[in-house]
Amino acid sequence: MKTIALEQAVELIPDGASVMVGGFMGVGTPERLMDELARQGKRDLTVIANDTAAPGRGIGKLISADVVGRAIVSHIGLNPETQKKMIAGEINVDLVPQGTLIERIRSAGFGLGGVLTPTGVGTVAEEGKRQMEVDGKAYLLETALDADFALVEAFLSDYYGNLVYALTSRNFNPVIAMAAKTVIVDAAHIVPVGMISPDHVVTPAVLVDYLIAHE
Amino acid sequence: MDPQTIIAKRIAQELGAGMLVNLGIGIPTQVANYVPSGIHIYFQSENGLIGTGPIPEQGMSERYLTDAAGQPVSALPGACTFDSAMSFGLIRGGHLDVTVLGGLQVDELGQLANWMIPGKMVPGMGGAMDLVTGAKRVIVAMQHSAKGKSKIVKRCTLPLTSLRRIDLLVTELAVISFAEGVPTLLETAPDVSVHDVLEATEAELRVPAGVPHMNIGVAP
Repeated sequence: MKTIALEQAVELIPDGASVMVGGFMGVGTPERLMDELARQGKRDLTVIANDTAAPGRGIGKLISADVVGRAIVSHIGLNPETQKKMIAGEINVDLVPQGTLIERIRSAGFGLGGVLTPTGVGTVAEEGKRQMEVDGKAYLLETALDADFALVEAFLSDYYGNLVYALTSRNFNPVIAMAAKTVIVDAAHIVPVGMISPDHVVTPAVLVDYLIAHE
Repeated sequence: MDPQTIIAKRIAQELGAGMLVNLGIGIPTQVANYVPSGIHIYFQSENGLIGTGPIPEQGMSERYLTDAAGQPVSALPGACTFDSAMSFGLIRGGHLDVTVLGGLQVDELGQLANWMIPGKMVPGMGGAMDLVTGAKRVIVAMQHSAKGKSKIVKRCTLPLTSLRRIDLLVTELAVISFAEGVPTLLETAPDVSVHDVLEATEAELRVPAGVPHMNIGVAP
């Protein structure tokens, strides 16, 4: 794990990269990274996340700044800009059931080819997917989903990068930290090694590549 | 009593002590307001919380403690938090006793459409497909009609949320059960007759003898 300045961390992300972003309606999204991606004028990112939040909040900032070419998300209902840009053909949006999305990401991080889920059988969510029957019950084969980068918000990080999350800001964060080639973390508090009990570490430091330095 | 209150009050009667319950956005959220005090129900927010409490007082909200709409909530004693994989494991894995969701259409097969109107409104399914597929009991809270047209239809014309049959539908006019495979009128609202319900419903309903009124604290 290396500490890195905000600006340099975002410089690592090329146009066209696939980027997983933690957060649920902006809660648990690393806001400073969103601001910096927009400021550096990144283009054509594939964003994989629960939702696109709302204008001015979380991933909503990336939508407004035309950073996103494709969004793989479960929900865009609270961001009218995403809907508008999708209808205008400016953004491709793949809608995935929320439980399926997180399991596809988990599969990638856990070395699985995918999962079998009953969710979506008989709905438009099954289009283009293999259906399988196991013990008389129908499932969809949902394949693993990985990314070039994961942008994680933590509540605590120690100097090694062991992470703890706060309340409902955990959501996608520990799962995406398993599923991307490069993991960049912004933590609200950076504390000395030993201050986090081993039992309380949620994301082990070995998964973290970069921790954004505090100024 | 306004339609939302009738629906929320009636659905609250379906919840019992110790149940794990997920309430969707809109009318379902109001159900929590009518659970009798002293009955401890575990409310789940699918963003990663069991033990969701009321909206905190002005100035007391915490940015890391929110509901599935990203709005501040509180947490009750005994609450716990977890990631999204765990949250949907609870939902899909048969651990969720009741899910209460809004609806756009429910049909005679008990199938629900609640996540998009092609060409008009494409919010995404969020957690709805997992909730309807995985919960032990599915209760739909919706107004009986929209723009004068019955939302309880013969066959859904909007994209389905799941093939799974819902268990109970509560509107401001009626309680309709799908437990026996055919929509069955269980109760009518306090000032509503069976005839009124049938007039307002496109789907064919089975009507047992002597359908009672909802018992929600108002005289018929």
